[in-house]
Amino acid sequence: MKIKGRGITKGQAHGEILKTNQEISFLGGVDPNTSKITDPNHELLGQKIKNKILVFPGGKGSTVGSYVIYQLKKNNKAPKAIINIETEPIVAVGAVISKIPLIDQINIQKIPNKGKAKINANKGTIETNQNQNQNPEK
Amino acid sequence: MQLTKSEEKTLDGEKGEVCQKAMEILATLGDIYNADKLIEIQSVQVAGVSYKTIGDAGIEFLNDMKGEKVRVPTQLNPAGMDLEHWEKQGVPKKFAKKQKQILEIFKEMNINIKCTCTPYLTGLPHGYGQHLAWSESSAVSYVNSVIGARTNREGGPSALAAALIGKTPNYGYHLKENRKPDITIKVEKELQNSDYGALGRIIGREVGNQVPYYILKSKPNKDELKGLGAAMAATGAVALYHIENQTPENSQFKKPKNTINVTKKQIENEYQGSKENIDLVALGCPHLSPNQLKTIEKLLKNRQTKKETWIFLPREIKNKMQNTVQNITESGAKIITDTCMVVSPLEEIGFKKIMVDSGKAATYIPSMCNAEVTYSNLKECIEVACNEN
Repeated sequence: MKIKGRGITKGQAHGEILKTNQEISFLGGVDPNTSKITDPNHELLGQKIKNKILVFPGGKGSTVGSYVIYQLKKNNKAPKAIINIETEPIVAVGAVISKIPLIDQINIQKIPNKGKAKINANKGTIETNQNQNQNPEK
Repeated sequence: MQLTKSEEKTLDGEKGEVCQKAMEILATLGDIYNADKLIEIQSVQVAGVSYKTIGDAGIEFLNDMKGEKVRVPTQLNPAGMDLEHWEKQGVPKKFAKKQKQILEIFKEMNINIKCTCTPYLTGLPHGYGQHLAWSESSAVSYVNSVIGARTNREGGPSALAAALIGKTPNYGYHLKENRKPDITIKVEKELQNSDYGALGRIIGREVGNQVPYYILKSKPNKDELKGLGAAMAATGAVALYHIENQTPENSQFKKPKNTINVTKKQIENEYQGSKENIDLVALGCPHLSPNQLKTIEKLLKNRQTKKETWIFLPREIKNKMQNTVQNITESGAKIITDTCMVVSPLEEIGFKKIMVDSGKAATYIPSMCNAEVTYSNLKECIEVACNEN
C-alpha cells in the first residue's frame, strides 16, 4: 500500500515500523544514550526507537527536544525516519539538524502497527508491505 | 515557501555547510507554517544557552554550527551560572567548564554574550512594527505586546539559524491577521506588582497559545507587564496580548465576544507555599529592571538579610548601578548576573525551598529545580529574607 503526505525533511529510508497513537516529548521522554522511551506514562515505555520508522501523531514538550533528537543521531541511536500526523517545530527542527527523513500530513491509522515500510521523504511517500491477513478488508 | 535565487543557493550549500543547515531549518519551518517568503529581521535573541537545558547534545550542535558569523545583532538567554562569580554561587566545576565551552562557541559566532531574559533592557534593537526572531518566551511576549514589534516564539536552533541568515520565515505573529485578539479577559480586582504574575498564571492555563485582550481596573507599569507576560508564557504559550487603552495595538482590532472573568479570589489563590523553612529568597525572574532594583534597595535599607537572598539582573544593569548594587550587597543579599533561578543548577547546589515574587519562577521551580516554592509579593519576600526564622 502506498500513502502520500508532505515531505518535511528530505531523504529515503527502509525499516521496521514502530507506531504509537500518543504524542512524544523527546526531552524527558526518550533516553538519548539508549534510544529507549522513558516516559513512564507512554505506551511505548521501554521500547527502543533506534533504526525504526517511528510513527506518532506529533511532538510535545520543551524546545530542548530538538537537541535530544540530535544527540540520538550522534549516538547512532536515531530512528531511520519519522512519520507524523501534524509535525511541530521541535520535532521538525530536530529532524533537520539530524538529517532524519520526516513526512507529515499522514493518517497514521492507515499505517500497520508492525511490518516494514519504505519511505521517500523527497516525494512524501510511504510504502508498506501490509500483510493481507492483518487487513482482510483490503 | 518561495526562496530568492540567492537563498536557493544557500540551501544548495554554496555558502558552506553551516549556512546550508541554517537555511534548511528556516525553509522547513516556512514550509510547515505556509510562509510565503523569508523576511529580514532587526535582531535575534537565542535561547538554549544553559548547559542545564541543552546538555552535551546542544554543545555538539553548536560545535557543528561554528565557522560562521551572525548577520544581525544577537544576544543570548540566561546561562546556567554567573560567569564571573559561579564559584561563590556554588556551581559545580564540571558544570562551569561545559557552560564556558558553550559561551565560547557563541562568542566565535560574533554573538554578544549578554545573557539575559530581558534583552529589551540591554540594547538589543527592537521597535514598533519591526521584525525580530527572539526566543525567550517572556521577552517574546513583552516585545510583541508592550512594544508592538513582531516575533514568533523561536526555539534555540531556529533563532540561531535566523541570526546566521539574518532572516526568518514570514508566518505567525509576523502577519497582522494573526495578531488579533481571540478572547477577552475581564479582571474585577485592582492589581499591583505580583498580582500580575498571578493573573498571568491563571490566563496562561486557560488560553494556551491564544491572544488575550485584557480589560483591567488598574494600569500596570512596564515591570508589571513584564511579570504578566512571563507568567502567561510559563503556564501557557502566550506570545502576544493586548490591554485596552494601553498596549500599542489594542485599538486596531475588535474586542472578542468570548470572555473570561477573573475574580479577586482566583488571584489570591495563586499565591502558594508557607513562609517556613525558606532556604533561598530569589528575585529577578525575568531579570530586574533599574526601577525594580531601586525598589529592592529601598526595602533593604538599614537591614540585614538573614537568609540566602539572590537577586538576578543583567550584567549591564549591575555595572551601570554600582551604588545601588553596593547598598544592596551591604545588606547581605547577593547580586547575580548572566543566569536566573530557573536555569541555574539550584538542585545541585542543594536548595530545598525557594521563595519568589515571580509567577514564572513559581511555575518552573518545582519541575526544573526539584524544590518547593513559595510565591508571594516583593515586600513579603524581603521580610522573609530579613527574618531569622
